[in-house]
Order: sequence, then C-alpha cells, then structure tokens
Amino acid sequence: MSETGSTTSETTGAGATRAELSRRPGRERGREDGKFGRYGGQYVPEALMPAIEELTDAYERYVLENEDGFMDEFRERLADFGGRPIPLQRADRLSERYDREIFLKREDLLHGGAHKLNNALGQVLLAKYMGKERIIAETGAGQHGTATAMAAAHLDMPCEIYMGERDINRQRPNVFRMKLNGAEVNPVTAGRGTLKEAISETMRDWATTVENTHYVIGSIVGPHPFPVMVRDFQAVISEEARAQSIEKTGELPTDVVACAGGGSNTMGAFAAFVDDEEVALHAVEAGGSTLEVDEEAGVAPNSASLYTGEEGVLHGARTKLLQDSDGQIMESHSISSGLDYAGVGPELAYLVDEGRVNPVAVDDDDALEGFHRLSRTEGIIPALETAHAFGFLEEHHEDLGERVVVNVSGRGDKDLDAAIEETDKRDIDEAPDMSMFTGGI
Amino acid sequence: MADRNTESAAKPETGNSAAIAEAFADGPAYVPYLAVGDPSYEASLEYVRALDRGGADVIELGLPFSEPIAEGPTIQGALVRSLDDGMTPDRFFAFAEELDVDAPLVCMTYYNLIYQYGAETGPRPFVERAAAAGIEGLVVPDLPAEEADPLREACDEFGLDLVFIVAPTTVGDRLDRIMSRVSGYVYVQARLGTTGARDDVSDQTTESLDRLAEYDVPKAVGFGISAGGHAERIVAGGADGIIVGSALVDIVAEGVENDLSTDEVADRLEALSRELKAGAERGYAARVGTAESR
Repeated sequence: MSETGSTTSETTGAGATRAELSRRPGRERGREDGKFGRYGGQYVPEALMPAIEELTDAYERYVLENEDGFMDEFRERLADFGGRPIPLQRADRLSERYDREIFLKREDLLHGGAHKLNNALGQVLLAKYMGKERIIAETGAGQHGTATAMAAAHLDMPCEIYMGERDINRQRPNVFRMKLNGAEVNPVTAGRGTLKEAISETMRDWATTVENTHYVIGSIVGPHPFPVMVRDFQAVISEEARAQSIEKTGELPTDVVACAGGGSNTMGAFAAFVDDEEVALHAVEAGGSTLEVDEEAGVAPNSASLYTGEEGVLHGARTKLLQDSDGQIMESHSISSGLDYAGVGPELAYLVDEGRVNPVAVDDDDALEGFHRLSRTEGIIPALETAHAFGFLEEHHEDLGERVVVNVSGRGDKDLDAAIEETDKRDIDEAPDMSMFTGGI
Repeated sequence: MADRNTESAAKPETGNSAAIAEAFADGPAYVPYLAVGDPSYEASLEYVRALDRGGADVIELGLPFSEPIAEGPTIQGALVRSLDDGMTPDRFFAFAEELDVDAPLVCMTYYNLIYQYGAETGPRPFVERAAAAGIEGLVVPDLPAEEADPLREACDEFGLDLVFIVAPTTVGDRLDRIMSRVSGYVYVQARLGTTGARDDVSDQTTESLDRLAEYDVPKAVGFGISAGGHAERIVAGGADGIIVGSALVDIVAEGVENDLSTDEVADRLEALSRELKAGAERGYAARVGTAESR
C-alpha cells in the first residue's frame, strides 16, 4: 500500500513529527501462515485446497509484491471508478453534541454507497490477473453482492451472487441493483435463509467450479488468505483516515469507532491504527434484541460474536462464533442484515483477546435511534450497520477521547424499507412524523 | 500411520483399526453412509442394521453439523432432519453403542463438533468418547491435512483411523502430505463438487486412482455412486472400495416424503446395498481376472 500521509517534519501538537506519525504501519499479522494467535487457518474441503493455495500465491505476488503492476492498477481503478480518496469530514453538530471532535470517514461516498467496493474491486481484478473466468459471491444485506456485481461489470466478468431468501425479501433494492449490473442472483432457501447459509452455498458452488471460478468472500472471514487479503484491500480506509487526521488536526485520533459484522469495514478502519497503541479501537456489534441466548432453540437474538461468542471453526477459519455447547452454529439476529452473521473475522477475534480492540454491543433500538440522529443532525442517512456505531457514540461518548473517528461504512438508501417498518414499531424522538401522510411512501 | 511404499502395493498397511484393515483385506469393501438420526433415532437404528445385512464392510455414520459445506442438498437435507429430531454428539455416541452390527463404524462429521466436545476444547475428548462408543475411525471433510495434527495425535492415542479425502484437484506435494497422515483408507472423491448421486462415472475417478496407485493404503471411491454398475466399473478400475451416501439417503428421504414404514425403507436400503456390494464384487473379479490373465 502506498504512503498517503504528509511527510514533512513539522512538529505536531502531540510532540511527534508529521513524518513519524505518517510512517507506514506494519500489518504483517497473518500474512505468512494465516494465523492470528489461535485463530485463522484453512478449514475447508480438500477439493478447495488447491484453489486456496493458488489464491495464496496470487495474493503474495500481485497484492504484496505488486507483480505486473497489479496494485497500481487497483489504486487507479479505486480512484477513477470508486471515487477515492474519500473525505474525513468533521461532523459539526455531533462535535457540539458530544463536546469533542467527531470526524466521519465517509465510506458511504464510495461508488455503490459502501466500503464494500474496496474489496470487491480488488478481488475481481485479482481473479482477472489469475485468469479466472467467472465470479461468485455471497451477500447478506446486499452491499457486498452489489459491489461485486458492479466490479464484475466494470471488469467484464460474468458474476453470480448467492443470497438468503429472507435477505432478498429484506433488501429488494440491492437485488435489483445486482441484476441491473448483469449479475445472476441465486436465492438460498436452506436454514433461515440468511448470510451463513449463503456462504455455505457459495462454498458448494466453488467446490464444483473451482478450476475456472473465483469466490469473492465479502469480509475478513473464511480460510487464509481471505482474512489478510480483504483486510489489505480495506486498509485504504484507515490509511486515508490516519493521514487525513494528521493533516486536519496535526494529531492521530484518540478513538476509532466502527460497526462489526464479519468485520471488513472494522479492520479496514482499524488496520493502520493497530500499531498506534494510543488510539483506542472500538468494534460495535449488533446486540439485536438481547444478548441472552436461547440455547435450546439454537437462537442468539443478536450477532455479537466478538462480545459473547466462543472459539470454534466455521466457514474455513477458527474464530469466535455464536454456537451452542455442542458446537452447532446458532441463528443470529440483527435489525441490520449486514451484521447478521454468527461469526467474525479471526484477526478481530485475536485483537479482542489481546486487549487491542474493545468489543461493544448496541441493540436494535439504539441502532435505529442512531440512524435517525445522524440523518437529522448531519444530513447523512447511514446504513443500519453503520447506525450501530452512532448508537455507541451516544451512549459512551463521555468515555472517549478528544478526537473520535467514526467509520460511516455505508449509506442507508438500501435500508429505508426496513427502517420505516422498524420505526413504526417504536417511539423514537428524532423519527419523522409520517402520520399526516397516507398511502405509503 | 501408513507408509508410502511403491514396492508392495498389493498389501495395505493396517493403520490403527484392525477391523477396518480387515474390511479391506479380502476383496472390495462396500462402505455405506447414513446420517444418524435421520429421520429419527429409532428408525435410523433399523436403517443402519439394514446396511449391515446388505453386506456393509465399513459403515460411515454422519453426525450432523449445522453448516455442512461439503455436502450437496441430499445429505444436507438428511442432516437437517436429524438435527430437527434432536441429534447431538452424546446421542450419536449412545446410538453407536446401541448398534449391534458386524461392520466397523466410522464417524463422519465437521471439525467444530469434534473441537467443542467435552469440558476442554480440542479434539482429544471427542476421540476418547468415540473410541469408548466403538467408533473405529473418523472422516472430517473440513479438516485439511495441514490443520489435522492434533486430531491425528488423538486418533493414534485411542486407536482410531483418520481418513482423509483426496479430491481430483489434489496433486503433487499436497497428495504426499495427505497420504503421510492418512490411516485406514483414503476417501477418493470421484469428481469435483459436493456429495450427491449421479448417473455416470467420472473420468476424474480413473485419473485419481492412477495418481494414488503408488500409495499403499486402501482407496475407497465416493461421491456419486448410486448403482451396482457404477460400483462394478469403479472397482474394476482399481478402487479397493466404494463409499455410497446420497443414493442411500435418497431412499430415506423418499420414505419420509411418502410416509413409508420403517421396515419398507429398511428393505430398500438392504436391497440397494446388496446390489452395490454385488457390483463391487463383479468389478473385483473382473480386475483380478484381468491381472491373472496377464
């Protein structure tokens, strides 16, 4: 990854030079052996192992070594097609409300409306460099599927997306967007029809078509090298934010806040700050309706696998999972389908165990209030995923430092139907009063 | 642990389980699979006994996991029915203990269940309990050789075989790595993809068997075998055994759909087992005859 920060030697308020603050942070974790402490690894059917080895080789050559100018082309396309760099915006009203500086990393402004394109574009381009002829992907909320479909159309690759039937019903606009971009959308009816079933189904497709197909995993989950590779593609978020923070304030932020489902926007927002021990990192998970679980029914009414999960093996990696005492994976829940997953990336699980990342949970109600609050105070309608981060900010701002960066992982257009439905069930101060309008929206 | 031995390919190493070695010692082994508890604990007991009567040499018992990524829709459906009926690892072990069959039992399941079993995490408690329940071997589809050393050690400690799957895409160093860790038999995946009955025999099977010829471990071919004719061709082509899952699970599923009696489903399972076993024996006779005529 390139340097994105200032390299002058001007002394900053914190006593460090800009050059010192702008050093390239090391992110060697996991690159060599796919392990993050006790997490990570490669737990996949044998038929996929050669493809995983081929991908590992391609990752090392093209991403890490920039062979054939891969990373140059990636950055150029991310700029011209994606619209990077993305601003780090000072949020004036929130700064006033919380009596500290609040900065928003506006990934909602990336092409497609979410951070997902960073990874999807990287992987589809990599597949092209590898000579693959077909792209498959899974999606929960639809943002990753949309980003993959856009990237595949942009790079002229055929693309099929697996999506849980329940999520298809919750996210119809994104399904339409995928199809607009020429992707086939395959409904998954197994289980409860959400993200984990879609991932399993996509792995089955890959096991059959592995010789000509690349599976674009949508988060920092799955077997090595996916967790490190997706992190490296997403790290552009924190590389920019770090440099922009120094540029705007002369200092690093005191806190970085990001919502966490699988964890790609989270690690993207954290990656360049992990070695800055003075920067606190907060991963905000979906607390759903409650953190209690119904083990008998196999249901966790939340998706807080960092906060409440236990170590196990799922979808190719050892990580923290929502599971019962036998090791069966529980059904998870979130108001936001993008966070509705029973696992989390192995690197985040490791950083939580190490005490480097602070896992917190925000429930559906507080997330929805965050959704309305950001919309009303700053004119930004966030994705319901992102809204969890603003729920955390409201509750815990007094515990945070003077300069807080919140990663606005995506915009909320896709969530309007769900937001209307959920808002109608609650009494929310900031919510618009729609009672005088009839006939629906 | 089996050794790679290019000079005496006819006589396989025994691995840890004498009963499994025995099953492959004389003629081709018929290795049927059913998901335990599909559609109920009691019916499943009868179904596995029917496989035994039908000539099973080794029986693979599926312990259901909620995310079976290596399975196609047929076996996934069976695992869901079993979970819905309340199957757990402890019930699975009780099932194995209650089962009074001649064929040695192999447990096929996913690594998370093995890893989570018992008070301490790690594979040892599961393997210890499996051994006590009379299980002679394990197949773990989502555990590649690279991650398998802790399970390998536990299996060696308690005398279980650890069966690995070799795919059509497994070649070169990976093949050596797997074959240095396998014991009992190697599960040769007949073609790419997930489990599920098919009507043809893939060229990938022959290529895989050719690649494996120099390794002195029994080769059991699975994925897609559904009739005696397939079994015959596969054994004639060099396999030491056949593994059949989806075609048998289909019979159980039809029983559920059509509300057939347990006895009727068991009879069908026994009949298909006899057909598959006979097909394998015909293939073996043809192969041995060919060899003797040379």
